[in-house]
Amino acid sequence: MGGRRAGQDLHLSAEQARVSRLTRLLESEKALAAALLAPGVAILVLFIAYPFVMALWYSLTSIRVGEPGEFVGLANFTKALNDLIFQQAFKNTVFYTFWATVFKLALGMWLALLLNRHFRFKRIVRASMLLPFIIPTVLSAFAWRWMFDPTFSVMNWALYHGGVITDRLPFLSSGDWAMWCAVLVNTWRGMPFFAITLLAGLQTISPDLHEAAALDGANAWHRFWHVTWPLLLPVTLVVVVFSVIQTFSDFQLIYVLTGGGPANSTHLIATYAYQIGVGSGLLGEGAALSLFMFPVLFAVVWVQLRYLKRMENG
Amino acid sequence: MLIERKWKKWLYFYLPMAAFIVFTLFPFYWMAITAFRPDNELYATWRQPNAAPLWTLHPTLEHFVGLMKTTAFPTWLWNTMAIAMVATGISLVCGMFAGYALARLKFRGSEFLGTAIFITYLVPQTLLFIPLADIVRDLQLGNTPWALMLTYPTFLIPFCTWLLMGYFKTIPKELEECARIDGATRFGAMVRIIFPVAIPGILSAGIFAFTLSWNEFIYALIFMSSADQKTVPVGVVSELIRGDIFFWGQLMMGALLGSVPVAIVYSFFVEYYVTGLTGSVKG
Repeated sequence: MGGRRAGQDLHLSAEQARVSRLTRLLESEKALAAALLAPGVAILVLFIAYPFVMALWYSLTSIRVGEPGEFVGLANFTKALNDLIFQQAFKNTVFYTFWATVFKLALGMWLALLLNRHFRFKRIVRASMLLPFIIPTVLSAFAWRWMFDPTFSVMNWALYHGGVITDRLPFLSSGDWAMWCAVLVNTWRGMPFFAITLLAGLQTISPDLHEAAALDGANAWHRFWHVTWPLLLPVTLVVVVFSVIQTFSDFQLIYVLTGGGPANSTHLIATYAYQIGVGSGLLGEGAALSLFMFPVLFAVVWVQLRYLKRMENG
Repeated sequence: MLIERKWKKWLYFYLPMAAFIVFTLFPFYWMAITAFRPDNELYATWRQPNAAPLWTLHPTLEHFVGLMKTTAFPTWLWNTMAIAMVATGISLVCGMFAGYALARLKFRGSEFLGTAIFITYLVPQTLLFIPLADIVRDLQLGNTPWALMLTYPTFLIPFCTWLLMGYFKTIPKELEECARIDGATRFGAMVRIIFPVAIPGILSAGIFAFTLSWNEFIYALIFMSSADQKTVPVGVVSELIRGDIFFWGQLMMGALLGSVPVAIVYSFFVEYYVTGLTGSVKG
């Protein structure tokens, strides 16, 4: 009887010792930090850092689906630079990103200023304004594609019966029109993000500043330009950076709306890389095409990081 | 207060506001009306004199029935929901732990790690999809929900970490110190004191992560091949366009049904979502 008790005690204290060793280890800040960071970092290393290294390697080889390929140096990159469709896709991506960002910023700012006022049903209006950003892009892009349909377009119907047009507008069937349509849909989807984020920034600006400026005789435009805009600049810059990254690397909207057509006039870097890498199975070339996004994204991120540093220092 | 004349208010406020509302919501209205419109009305050309495409007098459920009969739509909906929930859960746990470590613990390289996580936050999915498809296949995850449950956290963890790190920093240190004086371990204080206080931040991160997962397309398109494994966006794209023919009624019904769940979740947590959204861009 006494022996068993002693054995149990021994067993218990061994367990306690193990527990307390673990507790003591976790009391060390370094050990606890390592344990807490491990799961997240493991996922990021396995599914971001590792594929990034692999993408670099792929882009230097002639790998295809089911064929390991061999080292080809920079051949995939030079091929891309001489590829007329890729040149077009790159230009399209810059055009698409530039104009969509300009419109999103302008309209988003306008909407934010409107939403910053007091009016009835404000909460529900603000909530519904975010819907384009919440609803999966693929699904809403289909609604737009249907609205742009060559034969059954509701917009052609409305404009025709409103007496604005006599012949239908070639929304997605002409190259120039299709690109502007894509910019429009991207603006529609991204504008709420700008509006709501800028609205949050606006709400931190004291109304006293506006009243003071108004007393000094500044009109609405001057008040916006000299009071609101400078104070909003930091949040605006961050939102623009996020939006540029998202727009520059966009895939799903174009994939659904035009598939890159007509005649490659709306292909973006990502949709073209998908077509080459997944559609044709040329993994090496596709990886190289994707990597053309990297310098631009890197530059944007660099600006952002420098800016954050400056904020921290002063 | 700045006083305005009535016509000015109409010109500068009501009119633009109304235009924004129509612009924002019309596509959804159009999606819904198309989903319930019979085929013979749906395919009336733009020039037809008597067509009244802005509403329908003969609402029908034929597209709903067709969608349920010819596709695995309920399965897609279930897949999307399960994947979004698991990916969000994984990301929240990782984000809470990592965010706490970066906000509160002193260790070498913490600044570097914070920056590195921030950079991964800005890596778009379209940069890595080709090698990632091979990695997923090599891990025997291809065409299983785990392919997405484990890869979606790559864009959710950085966001959750960043947002929660900011949130943890706003919680006074004294709270934890009191608990530690009472004998709580660091880990215990984090789980029992800090996490409960941070619930609003955790909810914001979770809601935002959930909508991002629901929206994801390119990974789901590439990693999932059989019809019963697809998510709603991929299923709608690949199964409702047969050859060159678009089944617009069914497509819009699918789009509508695929949008409603995420819209409902959003409507319950609008304020948290907005906090998550605005927090997602703050340093």
